[in-house]
Amino acid sequence: MTTKLFGEPVRRREDARLITGQGRFLDDLGANALAAAFVRSPHAHARIRDVDVSAALDVEGLVAIYTWEDLPGLIAEPLPLLIPHPALTHGRTGHALARDVVRHVGEPVVMVVAADRYVAEDACALIEVDYELLKPVVGVEEAAEAVNLVHADVPGNIGAHLVQEVHSAAGTSAREAIEAAPHTLAFRLDIERSASMPLEGRGVYARWDADDESLRVYSSTQTSTSVRMAVAAKLGLALPKVEVIAPDVGGGFGVKIVHPWPEEILVPWAARLLGREVKWTEDRREHFISSAHERAQVHHVRVGFDDDGRVLGLDVNILHDHGAYTPYGIIVPIITSTQLVGPYKIGAYRVEFTSIYTNTVQVTPYRGAGRPQGVFCMERTMDRIAAHLGRDRTEVRAANFIQPGEFPYDQGMTFQDGRPLIYDSGDYPESLRMLKELIGWDSFPATKAEAAAEGRTIGIGVGCYVEGTGVGPYEGGHVQITSDGRVHVSTGLTSQGQGHETVFAQIAATELGVPIERVSVVTGDTRRFGYAVGTFASRAAVMSGNAIALACRKVRDKALKVAADALEADPRDLEITDGVVHVAGAPSASIPLATVAVLSNPLRYAFDQEAQRATQFAGPSSDDRPPVEDGEEPGMEGRDYYSPIRSTFASGMHAAIVETDPLTAEIKILRYVVVHDCGKLINPMIVEGQIHGGVGQGVGGALYEKMAYDEHGQLLNASFMDFLMPYATEVPRIETAHLETPSPLNPLGVKGAGEAGVIPVSAVVAAAIEDAEGITIDRMPISPSDLYSLRTDTRLRKIQ
Amino acid sequence: MSETTGAHRAHAVTLTVNGVLHQVTVPARRLLSDCLRHDLGLTGTHVGCEHGVCGACTVLLDGEPIRSCLTFAVTVDGHEITTVEGLAEGGALSPVQRAFTECHGLQCGFCTPGFLCTVTAFLRDNRTPTDEEVLEAVSGNLCRCTGYQNIIKAVHRAAEIQAEESG
Amino acid sequence: MKPPPFDYHRPAGLGEALRSLAEAGAHGKVLAGGQSLIPLLNMRLAAPGHLVDINGLTELGTIAADASGVRVGALARHAVVERSGSARAAQPLLAQALRLVAHPVIRNRGTVVGSLVHADPSAEMPAVLALLGGSVRLASLGGERDVAAADFFVGPLESACLPGELAVSAFFPALPERSGTAFCEVARRHGDYAVAGVAAAVTLDEDFRISAARVVCVSVGPVPVVVDVTGVCGRRPPASVDWDAVARAVQDRIEPEGDIHATADYRRHLTGVLVTKALRGAAHEAAEGGEGPA
Repeated sequence: MTTKLFGEPVRRREDARLITGQGRFLDDLGANALAAAFVRSPHAHARIRDVDVSAALDVEGLVAIYTWEDLPGLIAEPLPLLIPHPALTHGRTGHALARDVVRHVGEPVVMVVAADRYVAEDACALIEVDYELLKPVVGVEEAAEAVNLVHADVPGNIGAHLVQEVHSAAGTSAREAIEAAPHTLAFRLDIERSASMPLEGRGVYARWDADDESLRVYSSTQTSTSVRMAVAAKLGLALPKVEVIAPDVGGGFGVKIVHPWPEEILVPWAARLLGREVKWTEDRREHFISSAHERAQVHHVRVGFDDDGRVLGLDVNILHDHGAYTPYGIIVPIITSTQLVGPYKIGAYRVEFTSIYTNTVQVTPYRGAGRPQGVFCMERTMDRIAAHLGRDRTEVRAANFIQPGEFPYDQGMTFQDGRPLIYDSGDYPESLRMLKELIGWDSFPATKAEAAAEGRTIGIGVGCYVEGTGVGPYEGGHVQITSDGRVHVSTGLTSQGQGHETVFAQIAATELGVPIERVSVVTGDTRRFGYAVGTFASRAAVMSGNAIALACRKVRDKALKVAADALEADPRDLEITDGVVHVAGAPSASIPLATVAVLSNPLRYAFDQEAQRATQFAGPSSDDRPPVEDGEEPGMEGRDYYSPIRSTFASGMHAAIVETDPLTAEIKILRYVVVHDCGKLINPMIVEGQIHGGVGQGVGGALYEKMAYDEHGQLLNASFMDFLMPYATEVPRIETAHLETPSPLNPLGVKGAGEAGVIPVSAVVAAAIEDAEGITIDRMPISPSDLYSLRTDTRLRKIQ
Repeated sequence: MSETTGAHRAHAVTLTVNGVLHQVTVPARRLLSDCLRHDLGLTGTHVGCEHGVCGACTVLLDGEPIRSCLTFAVTVDGHEITTVEGLAEGGALSPVQRAFTECHGLQCGFCTPGFLCTVTAFLRDNRTPTDEEVLEAVSGNLCRCTGYQNIIKAVHRAAEIQAEESG
Repeated sequence: MKPPPFDYHRPAGLGEALRSLAEAGAHGKVLAGGQSLIPLLNMRLAAPGHLVDINGLTELGTIAADASGVRVGALARHAVVERSGSARAAQPLLAQALRLVAHPVIRNRGTVVGSLVHADPSAEMPAVLALLGGSVRLASLGGERDVAAADFFVGPLESACLPGELAVSAFFPALPERSGTAFCEVARRHGDYAVAGVAAAVTLDEDFRISAARVVCVSVGPVPVVVDVTGVCGRRPPASVDWDAVARAVQDRIEPEGDIHATADYRRHLTGVLVTKALRGAAHEAAEGGEGPA
């Protein structure tokens, strides 16, 4: 029996509980907890004049009502700005409960705690807040005109402004290069708002143990360790007195990396104050108006290129709408700026972004995190160049590719992690070759002509991207083999459905040579592991995967050493197979890992069979050596951290064939093809699933999803009726192929895969529609109604 | 019996859930989803939108899939409910459950109970579905993780397992 | 998103239901399938003081079909009507439309009559009733009255059903021999309310020329918009009808509005496209003998 599981499509161990209704999501916990609900601002911009709670006081089952004035100490202070940046000169965050001004519909104003959620909502409905309406600022371009201000002390509504400039090898600036280029183009590209929209909303459940003076908090979060630190700091508790656990999390896709949310502070605070368990489960409307959105950006592109389509200079000006607050800094536009260049060698590059406040829900990363916008810019630019030169679109891309021999390739910028943007590995020409073959790129013109003869309109599009994954600073892993031979793995990084328990178990089983059934994995529980960053940026497999592998190697070394003593062998001659340490080539000279674990702990009460068995291996004790030698520790466990010098860069290329209905303007994706390179695959089944899911979200972003704000700052489609997440009927079948270019940066050779699927979809679908229709597509998403309008406009222009 | 007074009045409701008789006393406005989850402790049924669009809360009412978030517990007094907790027969996973794990038809698992209940009823009534029928059957359930491809695959696989096992 | 409190009534018979509704007056609301009402309650967009739950009145669950048409009781679920062979035989348009109503799971619970009373101008059932010239039977303590579809749909989400009244059934008339029907719509996602939709009914004469043709349009007016296009079609075989002219005639009669999903122009255009498609489908079906969708 082999224990090599790395690279195998091992079935998920999470599933057993999830398919039987035994999962434990946030709202499945705390059956006896009180329920919290919030009065949230119905206005986009208003000053709170008065809060009158008197009518709510008679509600049977009401326990407490809190406004900002009730909040003590640090809890009353603004929420933290998690990721400061020198360019973010005017970072602003909200309060846990609005202090005086509300800046978006949905901002929490009053907290109600009651016997259950029904009663809590009854009380909320009876609380009257007197608002003085202020002028709402909606729309990023309107906001940039700064007729009205979102924050009175932020001139121009400008939170951040950053210019990054990479000169050409010859020292030319982008603008000079564009001026001097044989061909130049200038255009505008728009992407609208969408949101992570996990099917499980946010949620917090807290219990205060008065006897122990300790707090346990469960949160549906992508970072339990950081929530813990934030809660401890805000509540003024000693860190060891606070534990935070991420239970089963029903999807996150970015929105749950933001922390601490107001509720993550208020619920534990109320639980402690009331001496009662308190729980808040976000409902869908709250999620729409009180969590976070992403994507909305306006891009002005200028590009200069030569006759082969090689980009000599690229100048991109980005207007980023970051909503009312910047708790997560300016990560999104930074990623757009830096990842925009993709797999290409851009002669000279200048990118400038201005991050603008509006009276809308705050903007923080959603799967892809700024990359879909950047890739939309770059890939639409490639298509424009090809169209201008009358060249094949893949040819123009190939002319700009970084070649396999050019890695590591320095793009000359600073990436989101503050480190140099240096690509570690990749093979872009091969990816493109595979993609073209899979989709039948070269034979498509014939297919298109045949379709046209039948009165059908079809088109093909392609999109390439490079994704920095596995950003630092670190993750850790702890591995313990107990005397029953079981392996207990933990990492502080949380899970949101990606199958971490399975892939980390695969890594541990492979490293330690034990059956996977003996491995258990715990993620996101600060009781087990206190130091971690979180699950985001396609980093779990790279960061925690490698940390766990390193921790396993420590444990393995120790196990071999202990076993070598017992077997009177050289550790270098030992192997571990199926949980048994044996001399290579001599299987009879062996000792189970369980026994090794017992031997590693000189306390040898014979409380079980393994401990009894260990006595036969126990060497004679030496009177002149301590039972636990210097530099050693009792027990068979190890902890290690993985901290990379910089990110690894995964890549991929997608292509799609779409059909547009000549009459109804309906858009149907006929084929969708993905070539993906995330280095070595730990579990191909899971990677495939990540890609499918990403593409599904990408299709949503390309054809269905947008956040429709009116001029008053009201979100018009804050429901699943009108925010059109795709059903099974809207997502095409996805054909995938993998290329494995290992990362030289980490022991496992892996790169991240979580976000890949979503990144180029809007670019690809736009290109395919453009090819089908012969109409320029420069904003996404696009609906049949939008396409119809474009057709009408184009016809009118032709007539004129 | 007609209940005529008092908005907060509690109503005695009898439900047979997964074959077990339960009696609970709930206000009329208690949604079946909340009754199952909070009054009966059957938290396998999930609530994703509470306006009937996502399908996560789908359970079987007298064998037919319905949205438990769009049903009051009082309305189904006396009826039989099957939830995800009741799909495994005698502790053995049902063909649908097995197919979902075999085909990687779930990721975070939050929407999964709704899919499992919907598909269970579908394959009971249609043992050899076409691609189109499968798509239609799951077309009212949202999943944000999987892109649906493996869910579709799992439904076909479940039909296969079902056929194999019924000989 | 939890419903506000209400007084709950679960009548054991129709008389008791009508008494409860009479007592509740304007504060009363009928609960049948609840697939439209309960979302409104959960969002607290509606807060009726009294809910009269008719789910116990199994006598209202009947479907009675004969040569004259189909009478659907207040408790007949969409799915049951959709699967009813006798209903399909008497009026095929019902099943054609029902498969477009939301998703199968919603149809397991939602009722046809409830959908009529909800009177959503984007919904299929009101359109079908309007196209066929059906009627809704309203009962109250004072007796029963039948309201013709043309009078029943008063405005968006507004029907002629008065406080104290219960819609006990609806009647969908059958069409004459050599008739065919079709329902075509475009929705953003499968199962969503239509951006635009058109149902058509066409009757052919013995020489297979069009003797009657009508369409109803959804999502392009405050109520379902019925247009009789018999005249525009002319008494011609379907193959020689100027469908574009027919489409234009219908487009002139609708009042589409723009919203976040579609512009008014697109809705008008789409309605024209769907008018042609639905009428041709209906004519084809009429020629085939009115069996099943074209």
